[in-house]
Amino acid sequence: MKIFTKYLLLSFLFLVFQTGFAHGKEMTLQVKGSDTMVNLGQAWAEEFMKRHPQVYIAVTGGGSGTGIAALISGTCDIAEASRTIKSKEIQMAQANGIEPEEFITALDGIAIVVNPENRLNQLTISELADIFTGRIKNWKELGGENLEIVLLSREVTSGTHVFFREHVIKKGDKNNPDEFSPSALLMPSSQAIAEEIALNPNAIGYYGMGYTGDRQKTLAIAKDKSSTYYEPTIENVMQGYYYISRPLLIYTKGKPQGLVKDFMDFIFSDDGQRIVRELDFVPIK
Amino acid sequence: MFEKKWSFRRVKELLIEKTIFFCGIASIIFVILIFIFLAKETIPLFKSLPISKFLFGHRWYPSTESPHLGILPLIMGSLFVTLGAIVIAVPLGVACAFYVSEIAPVKIKYTLKAIIELLAAIPSVVLGFIGMVTLVPLIKKIFHLPTGLTAFSGSIMLAFMAMPTIVSIAEDAINAVPSRYKEAAMALGATQWQMLWRVVSKAASSGIVAAVMLGIGRVFGETMAVMMITGNAAHIPHSIFQPVRTLTATIAAEMGETVRGSEHYYALFAIGIVLFIVSFIINLIADFAVHRGRNE
Repeated sequence: MKIFTKYLLLSFLFLVFQTGFAHGKEMTLQVKGSDTMVNLGQAWAEEFMKRHPQVYIAVTGGGSGTGIAALISGTCDIAEASRTIKSKEIQMAQANGIEPEEFITALDGIAIVVNPENRLNQLTISELADIFTGRIKNWKELGGENLEIVLLSREVTSGTHVFFREHVIKKGDKNNPDEFSPSALLMPSSQAIAEEIALNPNAIGYYGMGYTGDRQKTLAIAKDKSSTYYEPTIENVMQGYYYISRPLLIYTKGKPQGLVKDFMDFIFSDDGQRIVRELDFVPIK
Repeated sequence: MFEKKWSFRRVKELLIEKTIFFCGIASIIFVILIFIFLAKETIPLFKSLPISKFLFGHRWYPSTESPHLGILPLIMGSLFVTLGAIVIAVPLGVACAFYVSEIAPVKIKYTLKAIIELLAAIPSVVLGFIGMVTLVPLIKKIFHLPTGLTAFSGSIMLAFMAMPTIVSIAEDAINAVPSRYKEAAMALGATQWQMLWRVVSKAASSGIVAAVMLGIGRVFGETMAVMMITGNAAHIPHSIFQPVRTLTATIAAEMGETVRGSEHYYALFAIGIVLFIVSFIINLIADFAVHRGRNE
């Protein structure tokens, strides 16, 4: 009986030991945040792990807010975010003894997409704002067919949604009272928007330019009627011509040190930036 | 010696008794704890926002600088989807229960029952996905709507989900009608239809009401499928052919990203309380119906 207990204890200890070092790697990093950036983070992590076999990096999504919240509560080492940190969040981080450090790792253009059957090819920012606030309700008001406009948006907690609201609907003016039309459909993912756009000639939506495909038509955007219309291409975003573009950010706890610093250096290296381009985002150099 | 053994048995008895008692009241404790937890996370919201403004506010803009947290559009959304689903599922489900228990030949009866139970086993996310790619484009085409992501699409899909609940509980109720009632009706010269409609359905009515209420509960609390196919537009719907956002979908979609301790966070818990109270009332009605049936 005693021997049996001993074995039980031993095997239990073994189990604990094994799960604790399941990856057989000495160093781990937790990366969490923006759904827009999760594929990018994954690609960086895979390449980095190939070069440093002793390191394990776990990349998860959940959204910019989730990532920043995890950074504040200390459950991740690096937060990916497609929006800048809010002052409230900085205060909460400081209360926990964390000084978030911001890095611009890549750029992303937000593509405005419609069904390929739609006759429109271009829009100005104010036309776009009128569409998404519900002031323009039919495509014929813009020279399109007589079809009611269906608005597709990301969820209110998505970084893309927040960026679009601030820079297109409010046109960058914090005191602008305009809001998304309440009849905008809130879709759970960029993929869901792409799917509905492909099937529905009434629809208009927005998402990161990496998601565009042949089944959607991307519109050229101009700041106002007298400016040039630009398509969301890598060159146009890099040059700053395309109006609706945003930085893809990474937040770390204070100045990066050790493994976090190695990982950040890799992201900013030529290879790290090459991965950015491979995933249809825009490199910063 | 004898005394010692006796007391050991008594302790054992007592232990077993207490364990069983604890198991019995565990679920009650859990429900109470859940309610306390929800209430605790909700109270901070109502310090800054009056309850009437929360329940009857027309605007749900939770993530703006000064958030609007009115859940009337969400309540209406849940109501529209639930009503639509019930209108579809109740006649179908109850008729199906009658067919299965009273009319169908034995072989068909068991096949049907097995298939209906299988329907209950399909995960709701799968039903939602099927609805998204098949039902949604179809609805858009048939009704010439700007989008197929509407309350109606959600209702149809949820009717499928409520069917197994309604059929199996209603069928139990119909089976429980004593055969002497039916025999008496037949002996008086009633046709099968007259017997089913005037005797069996009356005798089983309390069970059928309970089945319907539990079906409603199932629909009201469903999350994943409605989130995928109702469009999630937080406006007050004017018809069932418009996109809506339900209470459950709001919690599921937004909880992941709210800042802990923000007004938005507390508001989502408050929505949880609203859901809790509504399903509590639905279950209470179902329970009441069953007891009334038994006492008659």
